[in-house]
Amino acid sequence: MNPEADRRMTEDFLRPLLHTTWKFYVAVAFFGSIVLAGFATWGYQIYTGIGIAGINSPVFWGFYLVNFVFWIGISHAGTLISAILRLVNATWRRPITRCAEAITAFALMIGAMFPLIHLGRVWLFYWLLPYPSQRGLWPNFRSPLVWDFFAITTYLLSSLLFLLLPMIPDFALVRDKTTGIRSRIYGLLSFGWRGTPKHWHRLESGMHIMAIVILPIAVSVHTVVSFDFSMAVVPMWHSTIFGPYFVTGAIFSGIAALIIAMALLRRLLHLEYYLRPIHFQNMGKLLVTMSLLWGYFVFNERLTVWYGNESHETGVFWATQAGDYAPFFWTMVIVNFVVPIVLVGIRRFRTITGTVIASCGVVVGMWLERFLIIIPSLSYKQLSYMWGSYAPTWAELTIMAATFAGIALLFLLFSKFVPIISIWELKVGDQPKIETDQPLADAEAEGELA
Amino acid sequence: MKAIYALYVKPAQVQRAVDDLEAAGIADAQIEIVSSEPFEQYAFGQRDHETWMPWFAVTGAVIGFSAIYALMNYAQQAWPLNTGGMPILAVYPVVVPLFEMTMLGAVLATVATLVVTARLGRGGGLYDPEVSDGKILVGVTNPSESDIPAIERSLAPAQIKRIQ
Repeated sequence: MNPEADRRMTEDFLRPLLHTTWKFYVAVAFFGSIVLAGFATWGYQIYTGIGIAGINSPVFWGFYLVNFVFWIGISHAGTLISAILRLVNATWRRPITRCAEAITAFALMIGAMFPLIHLGRVWLFYWLLPYPSQRGLWPNFRSPLVWDFFAITTYLLSSLLFLLLPMIPDFALVRDKTTGIRSRIYGLLSFGWRGTPKHWHRLESGMHIMAIVILPIAVSVHTVVSFDFSMAVVPMWHSTIFGPYFVTGAIFSGIAALIIAMALLRRLLHLEYYLRPIHFQNMGKLLVTMSLLWGYFVFNERLTVWYGNESHETGVFWATQAGDYAPFFWTMVIVNFVVPIVLVGIRRFRTITGTVIASCGVVVGMWLERFLIIIPSLSYKQLSYMWGSYAPTWAELTIMAATFAGIALLFLLFSKFVPIISIWELKVGDQPKIETDQPLADAEAEGELA
Repeated sequence: MKAIYALYVKPAQVQRAVDDLEAAGIADAQIEIVSSEPFEQYAFGQRDHETWMPWFAVTGAVIGFSAIYALMNYAQQAWPLNTGGMPILAVYPVVVPLFEMTMLGAVLATVATLVVTARLGRGGGLYDPEVSDGKILVGVTNPSESDIPAIERSLAPAQIKRIQ
């Protein structure tokens, strides 16, 4: 890369770190106040008890668990997409991998909070840890809730490391471009990075191994989340397709979230030169693929239940097809299946705007899907005298709003302190290509190295 | 640390300087190359390529698997709950923690190997902040007095800098 292009790229990505506008403070104050309201509500719930939430018997899992599954699903985009694209060496991945990995880390942090919020007595959380009680009694390793602990902990740690490792060279760059306390902080974060061939090889080897390892971890996490449901003998939960169905839905919603985040960063940080229409088109194609796969799973699930005609399942089935929950179900089908195929599947509409609109619909649709998996099944359980209903309370709605504000706030702060696009990876992408068996002098003479 | 180094713009110039240094008999261990991006396509970018990292990752996975298996075995045998004659340490349900901890072992071992073998966090070494502007540093650390003229010839025509 020529020094002028190098300098421009560095300036473009360091600008948000070095210059702060009033809009940043307003945005932080706005999202921060919603997050604070969420924490205050949680504090109030801890003080007064879980009764302020709308969960009841038989609907003992409500918005908190809907949001738990939703956010864990959103977290799938990042690391999975980043790992796959790294392994197949897709060059167009370079501007989007960090954004994707950051979504994973933030969505997981937020998602992992919901079981704690749902616990009510959050101070007893440590009962889930593999730690014996005073009587020497250990947690039940056969419980899907303990599996959740292992799966989410592994995924969160792996995703954080997968995000942090490629940031080290960029921290070194910021260290050199700043002065004073800021330079010292980035110096600490860069672990004394210099950029010797050994450094680069170890980093790339490490990232390659982690990309291989993290793929099955990502698949396992949402499979384990699906086990929370499919291990229970509840109508329309006890299903063998729940594992792949959940994983597909998770990747689907994750891709949609990533497209929205890319569009926002492109607009707000003026990254039009780096996040180009081709990135949105390629991500859009992935979105349509996952939309088709998701539609296939939904059809399978519904057809099997309809054909089986088991009375305890048909109650849930018809409630979602033509009953109280039908508006949610058909909205979900339209925004998850029809809209992406029209807006992204047809080339004429496959613009940045079209892809973003489709993605917004998918995020809404996938939230509805999580809602429709949990609430109707618990409302219409096997015995009709136990049927009930559920409506969220102000506490659940506030905490849910706080999580959306929370991810916006985390992203805002992240883009303020870390280059949102991996600078060194982008530079590698701009290196001139030479054939490995071509003599260096020849390549230079042909001007390929100029 | 004493050192002589020069900064280059093009990787082809770096390759030539490194070739000249090697031809002048400078030991590989003394030659330092520092860049703001990897240059896999050039011979100088292939230095220090060998690593045992994949084997350490496998070792970490084995340790993770063994540790969680031992813990689950101990925990469930310590308070055996006989449920309808089913095995105390059932195979299928323990697969999930086994899998997760195996993978976590591999990940942690990979990161630990990266930090240790790349000697991250130890500081020191030849460096110039101009590397962050896209320049590539080639230098020789602790050169003997007799080698200095040959080193200067190898690094020319770039401007030569010294650390005394």
